[in-house]
Amino acid sequence: MKHRSLKYRRGVDMGIRLISSLAALFGMAMLGWILSIVILKGMPAINWEFFTELPAPPGMPGGGLANAILGTLLITLLAVLMGVPIGLAAGVWLAEFGQQSKTAEAIRFAANLLMGTPSIIIGVFVYVVIVMTTGHFSGISGAVALAIIMLPVVARTAEDMLALVPSALREAALALGVPRWKATLGIVFRSAKTGLLTGILLAVARVSGETAPLLFTSLNSPYWPESFKEPTANLTVTIFNYAMSPYEDWQTLAWGASLLIAGSVLGTTVISRGFLWYRSK
Amino acid sequence: MQTKTHINLDPAFRWLTLASGLAVLLLVGSILYTLVMGAMPALKHFGFGFLTSQEWNPAFMEFGALSSVYGTLISTAIGMLIAVPLSLVIALFLVEIAPPAVRRIVGGAIELLAAIPSIIFGMWGLFVFAPFMADYIQPWLASIAPGFPLFQGPPMGIGMLSAGIILALMVLPFITSVTRDVFQMVPAVVKESAYGMGSTTWEVTRKVTIPYGIQGVVGACFLGLGRAIGETMAVTFVIGNRHEISASLFAAGNSIASTLANEFTEASDDLYLAALIELGLVLFGVTLILQWAARWWLRRTARKMGAVR
Repeated sequence: MKHRSLKYRRGVDMGIRLISSLAALFGMAMLGWILSIVILKGMPAINWEFFTELPAPPGMPGGGLANAILGTLLITLLAVLMGVPIGLAAGVWLAEFGQQSKTAEAIRFAANLLMGTPSIIIGVFVYVVIVMTTGHFSGISGAVALAIIMLPVVARTAEDMLALVPSALREAALALGVPRWKATLGIVFRSAKTGLLTGILLAVARVSGETAPLLFTSLNSPYWPESFKEPTANLTVTIFNYAMSPYEDWQTLAWGASLLIAGSVLGTTVISRGFLWYRSK
Repeated sequence: MQTKTHINLDPAFRWLTLASGLAVLLLVGSILYTLVMGAMPALKHFGFGFLTSQEWNPAFMEFGALSSVYGTLISTAIGMLIAVPLSLVIALFLVEIAPPAVRRIVGGAIELLAAIPSIIFGMWGLFVFAPFMADYIQPWLASIAPGFPLFQGPPMGIGMLSAGIILALMVLPFITSVTRDVFQMVPAVVKESAYGMGSTTWEVTRKVTIPYGIQGVVGACFLGLGRAIGETMAVTFVIGNRHEISASLFAAGNSIASTLANEFTEASDDLYLAALIELGLVLFGVTLILQWAARWWLRRTARKMGAVR
């Protein structure tokens, strides 16, 4: 090894420390920049009408995004109803039955692939499978797309959380003659409750900010959501449409919607992380 | 002793959960199948020329993916060039340099950055960051490198460079967190021995931590790359959406994902739609390969490091 003076080595060390501290500071600054812009530009749009009224035609002042807020809630709820049970069940099989088998490995691998698949591809897939066969855009197809995105996330977290439950607990239940399904749902699930809930919350947070899979499934609509068989208004696609429009009122509404989406996604994330952190202490 | 006979639900339970697991497997297969089938008309009509033609003219039914593929590659490359070094030094900061309290705050902020939805990056990018680029960064780049082909043309703000920088911000948290985990996998004993020899923090990092974790870092970069390539909304907002290839990074362009986001609902013709689905197929294929490579690589690394430990 080449001999260097201590002064030089200390100097290089200080330099690297400085660079990496600055980089960390830069990351924080960018986060601060983005969040403060969303708050500053979004706040003026948030008022009573924003939550209660339909969007006004371009040029007319006022109006709100009540239909899109409701639509996003409904689509997300429907996605949760489809994605969470299947995801949980898949997680149960991986943790309780599959374990290290070939099939389990293949499913895990597929889940990882699915998690890494760009969400717009899921949108294209659902478009071809549902929108093209039924002949029209629909809220339900948007919910299916979101459910597909949630599915692998829920499955993998559920597996991880169930695997943390000590096997002594399962064995004790089984030794008492409890059937497997009861042991899993009644005992293993109960002790993994917090973890499972956190996983589901994180998955919900992730999909509620998604736009790309809804662009050509749910589409958007200026009316109240009446049926899932029709295009359904939702916040994220509204942001996209309004941001690209030349009308200032609409752009303001888009900022309001951005604040709402960012606030709820980040809020959910922070709460569920805090949950995990609190529990691990 | 006579016990009450009851229906054994266990096989049903087992079968039901297995079916759910297999659904995941089936989904990946059917996505691939659906995309191939949907793209078939375009695959037959254009053949391999689809990937090498730059013409994209729906009015004349001419579709070539080259400008979208080029835009995806260039914006991703810019993003990775910025994100990888930054993520490495931030991970270093988190593992080796920061005191625990600072570590928690910075780590939390980086995780928060990862949670911001793509569309929020898009809004910020279009209305705040692009004008900032046009007013400050792009004129400055043009002035320090006059005549440099990459920095030619009017500073519009939107374009390839802005898209790349926003991509960098979006993948940075992912690469940082995987890199941090890899750095933390280095056994403390090995690092402590180096410190005991009188090494500085940087020397320990360069000679012990990085060589030890280099493979994991490569895997992390693959994961980040897979994410950057399919990123849609943020890119669609700022890339400019123009089906043309220009040498300058200031110019507007498009990416596969942005083309899909902009044109999918407008595709009135079957061939147009098939061409768009084929673009999707190309994107899906690339991300599949990247994911595959990354997982394989990370797993190999974990096994190796486990053996060393």
